[in-house]
Amino acid sequence: MATDIASPASRSASSERTRAIRAGLVRRHATEQIFRGLGIAAIAVALGFVAILFIDVFRKGIPAFVQSNVHLSVFFDPELIDVDPAPARDQFPSDAEYTAASLKWQRSVALLNWNTIVEASLRKAAPEAGDMTAREILSIPETDARHEIREMFVANPSLLGQTVDVDVLASANAQNWIKGNIDRSLGDKQQQLSAPARALIDTFVENGTISNGFAWSILTNVDSRSAPASAGLLGAFVGTLWMMLIVVVLAVPIGVAAAIYLEEFAPKSRLTDLIEVNINNLAAVPSIVFGLLGAAVFINWFHLPISAPLVGGLVLTLLTLPTIIIATRGALLGVSPALRQAALGMGASKTQMVFHHVLPVTFPSILTATILGVAHALGETAPLLLIGMKAFVASVPATPLDQAAALPVQIYLWQGNENRNFFEPRTAAAIMVLLGVMILLNGAAIYLRSRLEKRA
Amino acid sequence: MDMLAGKIKTTSQNLDSAMNPTDMLDRQIRLTARDVTVHYGTKQALHGISIDIPDRAVTAFIGPSGCGKSTFLRCINRMNDTIEGAKVGGTIKLDGEDIYSPDLDVVELRARIGMVFQKPNPFPKSIYDNVAYGPRIHGLARNKSDLDEIVVSSLRKAGLFEEVKDRLQEPGTGLSGGQQQRLCIARAIAVGPEVILMDEPCSALDPIATAVIEELIDELRENYTIVIVTHSMQQAARVSQRTAFFHLGHLIEQGPTEDIFTNPVNKQTQDYIMGRIG
Ligand SMILES: Nc1ncnc2c1ncn2[C@@H]1O[C@H](COP(=O)(O)OP(=O)(O)OP(=O)(O)O)[C@@H](O)[C@H]1O
Ligand SMILES: [Mg+2]
Repeated sequence: MATDIASPASRSASSERTRAIRAGLVRRHATEQIFRGLGIAAIAVALGFVAILFIDVFRKGIPAFVQSNVHLSVFFDPELIDVDPAPARDQFPSDAEYTAASLKWQRSVALLNWNTIVEASLRKAAPEAGDMTAREILSIPETDARHEIREMFVANPSLLGQTVDVDVLASANAQNWIKGNIDRSLGDKQQQLSAPARALIDTFVENGTISNGFAWSILTNVDSRSAPASAGLLGAFVGTLWMMLIVVVLAVPIGVAAAIYLEEFAPKSRLTDLIEVNINNLAAVPSIVFGLLGAAVFINWFHLPISAPLVGGLVLTLLTLPTIIIATRGALLGVSPALRQAALGMGASKTQMVFHHVLPVTFPSILTATILGVAHALGETAPLLLIGMKAFVASVPATPLDQAAALPVQIYLWQGNENRNFFEPRTAAAIMVLLGVMILLNGAAIYLRSRLEKRA
Repeated sequence: MDMLAGKIKTTSQNLDSAMNPTDMLDRQIRLTARDVTVHYGTKQALHGISIDIPDRAVTAFIGPSGCGKSTFLRCINRMNDTIEGAKVGGTIKLDGEDIYSPDLDVVELRARIGMVFQKPNPFPKSIYDNVAYGPRIHGLARNKSDLDEIVVSSLRKAGLFEEVKDRLQEPGTGLSGGQQQRLCIARAIAVGPEVILMDEPCSALDPIATAVIEELIDELRENYTIVIVTHSMQQAARVSQRTAFFHLGHLIEQGPTEDIFTNPVNKQTQDYIMGRIG
């Protein structure tokens, strides 16, 4: 053998072989380079789109987190606030009578025109506004300024005759003008505010009557139509929280249990095959169909309330179930047969095998899959529109049965608001909040996964 | 018989010199199999296997790849139950009790017949928990100190205790291959089985680790009935007292190990031992 290799004939044959291998190598390396390049290009494109999305959303959304406040010194003018003194408890023999009287008093307070107080405060701040109409002046603060001042008085009737410093929101149109959301060079006809009002706003900004601050109102207020500048996400946020709670409470245990049963216990039969095919198909059903189903089943059949997070949560549960089942089954399938044999060989029952050995090793993957499924449900909009969650709701849902909005639906509603100049940034801000919640969830998934895997 | 034993000593230095030269079947029979057949779906993997397996001895199954050794081993603790489509026929009795009878609980059976697999497969848990798992699920320890005692004595019997005594809480998967296999043996011993089945327990190990395990098997023989599948003729000769040769799903020949290796009756057995088939 050794002499054979050393012979000239075989040496030339072997160099022939080397050459052939080398020729092939060039091609193989080239192919590898091409795939590498394609892969990098694909990632670059994907990252590029994500970057564009984020930059665009942040560029538009961040200004919405700045709000313009009008600092007023409000004089609770006894001439304008012409009501009886507030009833006191000791004037009445019983609680019921006192409550009735104080409600009656509050109604009479509500009947006053509080706008005159707001107007007077503004005129005091700007003597140059002498010949402006009340309408022009009142276009500067948000329309709910009068409620704010009235509430102050109701809470503390002794303010009568006193002067108090109050910050009220500038109106959406005023904020558009201040932030430059509207083109300042446009003619009077296309402007939302009259020329004197715009001039007055500029004066206020200069003399500090109007100044900017962080817009907590986006996070702490509920949606509002009459006072768009004070519209906030709190109602939608809580609505979404309720729904996520329902999804987590229902979809996670049901999905994981179904996956465990199908993967570990169900006998392989035509029925289980059919179920498997159906689950895979369900995962591909457009989400709007789940909305139709939810409307038909939960609202028409079970008579659950329209626009309630309960119904939304149930629909999103249906939507997430297939995802969770498929992901969990995938994780279970990945468990090595050796581990199962080890457990069974020790005399563990099937249930013990699953709960003592299979689930602990798959727990991190199941958890991540679940969180991602829930995060996906968080952003679903279409099915919620069909169960009435697009209704305007200006309250925080105290229970899952109350009317509520949801974050993605709120984005959709704001996007459609007619005051485009004001709501475009607000929509972007709402998207930022939604993205923030999602990033939080995904981050939690990654963190938990790495922690649990380290422990295993 | 005496003459035969003498012959073996000259051919194989490693053969257990303390071995009783008389037929092992003088010993009490633990397991009897009669006419055992196995089908995987429509494919028949075992044809009418009948064999007696004696107490406190090592029985080796040898034969070419795919001949059904593992399949038969899995019949003995009913691991075939867990394989989709596997059907077992015939009878197997442990101490006269039919292990396929509907009254018998496989969980209890597997506590009585332990198994060690080809590839070491410790649980991804601590060394302690690996060994403690069996006693825990079968309720064999009344309290923590009972359990500690079982764990320590099992690790001792498996010859692993000295190596791991300082790191019982570390994961069992962090041990070397040979240590992992001894951990698996300790895990099997911990439930106090009567029979231990080993499917090529050394095939993933280097010669030194193999020697350690073989020595261990030889010690365990004094207290357990051991059945071992092996591809190594030397191993079968070294550790077993009885040998059964399988070929294409049939049990071709069985008998005292020295007979099978020195004086096989069947031509196929002879060919296999000489390395002509397999
Ligand atoms: N789970 C299974 N499903 C279908 N056929 C199987 C299964 N397990 C084993 N077989 C078949 O049964 C026959 C016997 O297999 P078995 O694993 O018992 O052989 P073996 O003697 O242990 O082989 P080796 O020495 O390679 O481990 C083989 O033909 C094999 O293909
Ligand atoms: Mg095998």
